[in-house]
This record gives sequence, C-alpha cells and structure tokens, in this order.
Amino acid sequence: MSAFENLTRGLFKENPVFRLLLGMCPTLAVTTEAVNGLGMGLATTFVLICSNVVVSLLRNVIPAKVRIPCFIVIIATFVTIVDLVMNAYLHDMHKTLGVFIPLIVVNCVILGRAEAFASRNNPIGSLLDGIGMGLGFTGSLILLGSVRELFGNGTIFGASIFGAGYNPVIVMILPPGAFITLGILLAIINRLASARSAS
Amino acid sequence: MKDIARMVIVLAIVCLAAALGLSKIYGMTKAPIAEAMRQEKLSAIKAVLPAYENQPDVDAAQSGGVTYYIGISGGSVTGVAFEVSSMQGYSGLITAMVGVNPAGEVTGVRILSHAETPGLGAKFADEGYLAMFIGKNLEGTNWAVRKDGGDFDQITGATISPRALVSAVKAGLEGFNTAKSSLGIDRGGE
Repeated sequence: MSAFENLTRGLFKENPVFRLLLGMCPTLAVTTEAVNGLGMGLATTFVLICSNVVVSLLRNVIPAKVRIPCFIVIIATFVTIVDLVMNAYLHDMHKTLGVFIPLIVVNCVILGRAEAFASRNNPIGSLLDGIGMGLGFTGSLILLGSVRELFGNGTIFGASIFGAGYNPVIVMILPPGAFITLGILLAIINRLASARSAS
Repeated sequence: MKDIARMVIVLAIVCLAAALGLSKIYGMTKAPIAEAMRQEKLSAIKAVLPAYENQPDVDAAQSGGVTYYIGISGGSVTGVAFEVSSMQGYSGLITAMVGVNPAGEVTGVRILSHAETPGLGAKFADEGYLAMFIGKNLEGTNWAVRKDGGDFDQITGATISPRALVSAVKAGLEGFNTAKSSLGIDRGGE
C-alpha cells in the first residue's frame, strides 16, 4: 500500500460520508451552513489524525481483548481536548456546534479507522490515512453545508450568491433538507461511480 | 491469569495517561474559557445599555434571583441590564438580555440563545426587529403582539416566538420594577 494511496483513499474511493456512509449524525445535523461543516470537519479531522497515530503506536502493546475500550478512551481524550480548546478560542463556533462536538466520540468514522486501519498499520501510514479520511469527511460536510446554505439562505460561507431578492427555501436548512440534500448528492455520486466502473 | 493482569495494566495505564493529559489541558483552557464567556455576556450588555464607563458585570447586584448588571457613567446610573427567559417559544428555551434606563424605558434587547426555526421564528433575533422594543416602558405600552391586540409586530409566519419574547421582556421589566428600590437605582442622578 503506497503512501499516496493511504492519503487519497479517504478523499474519493472510500470517502467516509458518500462512499462508506459513516458518521451520518454530525453530517446531517450540523451542515446548515458551510462554515459549520468546515468547523465540524476540522474538529473531526484533528481527532482522527491524533487517535490514528496513537492507536498505531500502541498497536503492539494493547491486548486484542481490551482494544475497543482502549481506543474509546484515546478517542474520548482527544475529543475532550478539541471541546475545551474550541470553547476557549473559537467560542462562537463552539456554541453553534454545541453538543455535536462531544458526540465526535461516537462518530463511527473514527473508531472504524482505528479498528480497520491504525491497529494494523505503522504510524506514518495511519497519519496519512487520518489526514485523508479527515479531509474527505470535511470536504463532504462543506459540500452538504454549501448546498443547504445556498438554497436555504442564498449564501455560501456567508457571501451572498443569489442577491437580496432571493426567496430562501427554508426547508433546506431544516432537518428534512439534510436528508433531501444527502439523498440527491448520494444519487449523483453513485451514478458517477457506476458510470466510471462501467467504462 | 497473566493475560488478565496485562489487560488490566494496559487499560489502567491508558486511562491514567488520558486523565493526566486532560487535567493539563483543562488547566490551560480554564481561564480562556471563562474569559470568552465573560466577553460574550459583556458584548450583549454593551449592545443593550446606553454608554457606560464601568464594568457592569463587576458592578452587578442580585435581587429576586436575577442578576442586574449596572452601567454607570459620570457617577450616575445610565442603565441596568438583566437576562430574561421564556419556555413559551416554538422550540426550547429563549434567553435574552434586556437593558433599561433609570426611567424604566427599554434601551435595547438582544437574544442570547434560542432554538427557534431558522428563517421563520429565528428572525426575531435580527437587530432590526429587536429595535422596536427601544423606548417602550411598562406603563405606556400594550405588551402583546399585534395579532393579540398589542403594540408589537409579529413576524410573518411566526407569531409564537415574538409572543414569547414580548411576554418575557414584560415579565423582566416587572421584576426590575420590584427590584429597583433594593438596587438603589431610584437615586437617579446622584
């Protein structure tokens, strides 16, 4: 497995949101605006990179039977660090993301990568895998957030796209809008992927 | 047996390291978090009070379970800010900061937190909407939304959130009136 493959796997081929359908809770809940997607994505990326590296470093020390509790303790530690640091220095963002920061602990992407990749590979590979998966997750959240913000509020990252006369489709920033957007994006991506494998 | 001992030791060491690391980070972020919370409150106080020169969160007084943040300029009280809240909104708790001058007129209202519907009820947090509270007092105002025969505009498609806010501000003003004497605001220009 090459370093390049470790890094890019999470971006497209095994994109956690659009290909693996993992981590749906934060994906659906916080993507009302692009900037929220970015904040959530980067917080998750930090946890993913740190937990991947630490799990990989300890992979020969941790007995197989207690590996899941160990992984969860490691992940929870990094999530708490993110929670505290964001509260201190990115207070507004922390307020917007609210309970979904602590909930990064139960994001399947993170435990999934610890179990499926970091516990079997060296720290460098795990680091690259964490970066790739994290950026793939972040990119997906920004994409979802941008689409929802564009139609729900007429802006992307707060910049007006449709002008002041635009009548927003409010359902897009309500919970149903998350499912509608995700469904349509998944359909498009599945279509593109199947067209690619056919050719 | 040897296996179990190893499992216990490894798990204990992992937890210990996690606890040590977290206590370190907690110590480092404790002061910045408290400061961020204070700034958040101060910026709301600043938005609702007339100009002041003191630190209203230091010159604060408790009365009837409410904290009153007192703004002072040139030795006299320019206004008092306090938090009001309502559970009568469309979803969850609404909290707002309200400022009044010593004459009992509202000098500003800011929403601190809410969970109203984005694009509908949430519009009540817009500065333009909240501006209509300015200058209102308890005696000369009918504290209800227009739909209920009062003096306050509702928002198209969302009457519940403004209704909750209006009654919360009114209740806050009544509380302030009762607390006034114990706060020493009646002194006015002294």
